[in-house]
Amino acid sequence: MSNNRVAVMKTYKLLIGGEFVRSESGRSYEVQDADGAFIANVAQGSRKDVRDAVVAARAAQPRWQNATAYNRGQVLYRLAEMAESRRDELVHQVKAAEGLSTPDAESTVSASIDLIIYYAGWTDKVAQVLGGSNPVAGPFFNFSVPTPTGVIGVLAPTSSSLLGFVQTVLPPLCSGNAVVVMASEERPIPGLLLGEMSATADFPGGVLNIISGQLGEVAPTLASHEDVDGLDLTGASIEQAGEWARSAADSIKRVFVPRSGDESLSSLRRLRAFIETATVWHTIGQ
Amino acid sequence: MSSTPPSSKLGSLDYAPALESKSSATIAAHYGLFIEGAFREASSSQSFSSINPATEEELTTISQANAADVDAAVASARKAYDSVWSKMPGAERGKYLYRIARIIQERSRELAVVETLDNGKPIRESRDVDVPTAAAHFFYYAGWADKLEHAGFGPSPRPLGVAGQIVPWNFPLLMAAWKLAPALATGNTCVLKPAETTSLSAMVLADILQQADLPPGVVNIITGDGSTGAALVAHPGVDKIAFTGSTGVGRQIQRSLATTTKHVTLELGGKGANIVFDDAPLDETVEGIIDGIFFNQGHVCCAGSRLLVQESIADDILARLLRRVDQLRVGDPMDKNTDVGAINSAEQLERIRVLANAGDEEGATRYTSSCELPKKGFWFAPTVFSNVAQTHRIAREEIFGPVLSVLTFRTPEEAIAKANNTTYGLACGVWSEKGSRTLWAAQRLRAGVVWANTYNRFDPTSPFGGVRESGFGREGGRHGLEGYLDV
Repeated sequence: MSNNRVAVMKTYKLLIGGEFVRSESGRSYEVQDADGAFIANVAQGSRKDVRDAVVAARAAQPRWQNATAYNRGQVLYRLAEMAESRRDELVHQVKAAEGLSTPDAESTVSASIDLIIYYAGWTDKVAQVLGGSNPVAGPFFNFSVPTPTGVIGVLAPTSSSLLGFVQTVLPPLCSGNAVVVMASEERPIPGLLLGEMSATADFPGGVLNIISGQLGEVAPTLASHEDVDGLDLTGASIEQAGEWARSAADSIKRVFVPRSGDESLSSLRRLRAFIETATVWHTIGQ
Repeated sequence: MSSTPPSSKLGSLDYAPALESKSSATIAAHYGLFIEGAFREASSSQSFSSINPATEEELTTISQANAADVDAAVASARKAYDSVWSKMPGAERGKYLYRIARIIQERSRELAVVETLDNGKPIRESRDVDVPTAAAHFFYYAGWADKLEHAGFGPSPRPLGVAGQIVPWNFPLLMAAWKLAPALATGNTCVLKPAETTSLSAMVLADILQQADLPPGVVNIITGDGSTGAALVAHPGVDKIAFTGSTGVGRQIQRSLATTTKHVTLELGGKGANIVFDDAPLDETVEGIIDGIFFNQGHVCCAGSRLLVQESIADDILARLLRRVDQLRVGDPMDKNTDVGAINSAEQLERIRVLANAGDEEGATRYTSSCELPKKGFWFAPTVFSNVAQTHRIAREEIFGPVLSVLTFRTPEEAIAKANNTTYGLACGVWSEKGSRTLWAAQRLRAGVVWANTYNRFDPTSPFGGVRESGFGREGGRHGLEGYLDV
């Protein structure tokens, strides 16, 4: 490559309904690395973008839920494949965003990809572990199945740009929810990159929607939106979490607030947070 | 659809009254609060009167608990948790629950009579559903107490501590059992708040707990109106709130606890769709529709209050339904022949009237059962509205009374779309002889419970609870343990 070549600069865009869009507001903001140096311009999502994303998520959710659990596992595994093939890019961006050494960034990316694989393997086991048949006293076959809550708003962690993103986004996706996620405001690029990878991983458009921008500006729309069924407040401060949990109560949303120990995979709290138990009674007779 | 009055030969037949004796129940002139294993007066000495909704006669007076009483009850529960209940091996806790289950069975007649006098529901239902299912719940959860490490919540799941439990007036004893049994089995102690109009069976239950020699303070029962419940919700010493009631109050509770670490489960309202496909077994279906909406006077959060009938059979179903509605025996709840009893309160009766009037005003076609209503007490004749549109208030709002709204559909897709066109998501019914169609529908209905070719069935092993604005958390089954464990 000649030294004279002018590099192509990339603007990171929102992911809404399977399409990469600049904000409808036309705004973007500068993202810096841990040392304060400019990395890239990133689309600055608006409240309208959040509403558009919820509409897209609602439309896509039934197809994702009704896909076979095997198929959902294949898609999540494909996401891991895409991430692995572009891992250098992920390492580069995680390193820049979080100011990590190369080995630490490498291990963060490895852990993130492995976590995607972990949840890819859960899709067709959730029903057996969390569901079952119930021996009711009568001539009925009665069974309970875990079903997705629906459309989940996720506030991804502010500091852990990739692993935190995967930790919050994969559990609801795994069980068949559609997600609208607010990427870390300061460190959005690793999450947005994973979104680009999801576009080549056979997700139906709208299952995963990613908004970057100012949390304080757009998250209230997500928290109060009547067509959002669940809210993960991991990326909110204590004050923000209280305020947004209160507005989430208006439509009886399921609200997840992390506590210490939640990232232990054996707790399944994140998986259970956005799962409903649906019970069917069917008569038995000749 | 037409709704001409049906002709029926059975309608003219009559039964002699078969009254249940009141002698099996002794109701005291007054009940206090049950705290630390004994009855005591409220600190304010205030009390309210509890009436029989079928006669409007006073049954007893009951203490009104204020914030100081709530504080005493929570302190009693905390003391019992710290000193006794959290230290007791699960197997021993379970034996107390087995005792309670047995005594409920033994005193079932007394409980059924008390429940019917206080609530207005037919004695047939309190005798055959409320009381035996309450006993079954204690029996079921008794067996979990020493097996929690096998419940799928990790190797040693911990209880939450003190549970504040607020129950509604539609199934007073049964809802108390749904709340207490899993909480106690998992090692929590409880402060139970019965509904203002139906505290009586909880007072008998307190006596049963004494008889079972349950350690003092493990269960405390505080009576009163909404202010008592609000004080319990707000009390900082409570670790968990379990609430069954309206979506409006549930919303307030969730909001008020949003910034606290208290655990919450909510079992709220519903507007259940009962879907009848063209291949449904007609006779069973008509009985199921009746059970779905007129069971317990329609005071059921999971009632099948929206009937969705496939257009090709709608006229036939409606004619059969109206004929059957005319045969419902409405009247004295203590009569063993009675199908539909009294509305629980004057306040609820007014709410039902307002919504039914809205049905008229918005243009639906009303059919009222020709039954004769008693002169005293609170009564509402079984009512069916046909030609209902999805936008009508009677198709959207929970009526919580014996009022059915009938809508039609052409395709299965349309049935699902209409069934899900609500902010609620508690229960639905599906009537079809085709298993694949039933399971297809069940997969697409946004509801916590789907009854296929049956309706309004309850069992301690079967998780019950809603999605969307019908609340969250499950009661019953293995899933019912989760709301009382720190997992």
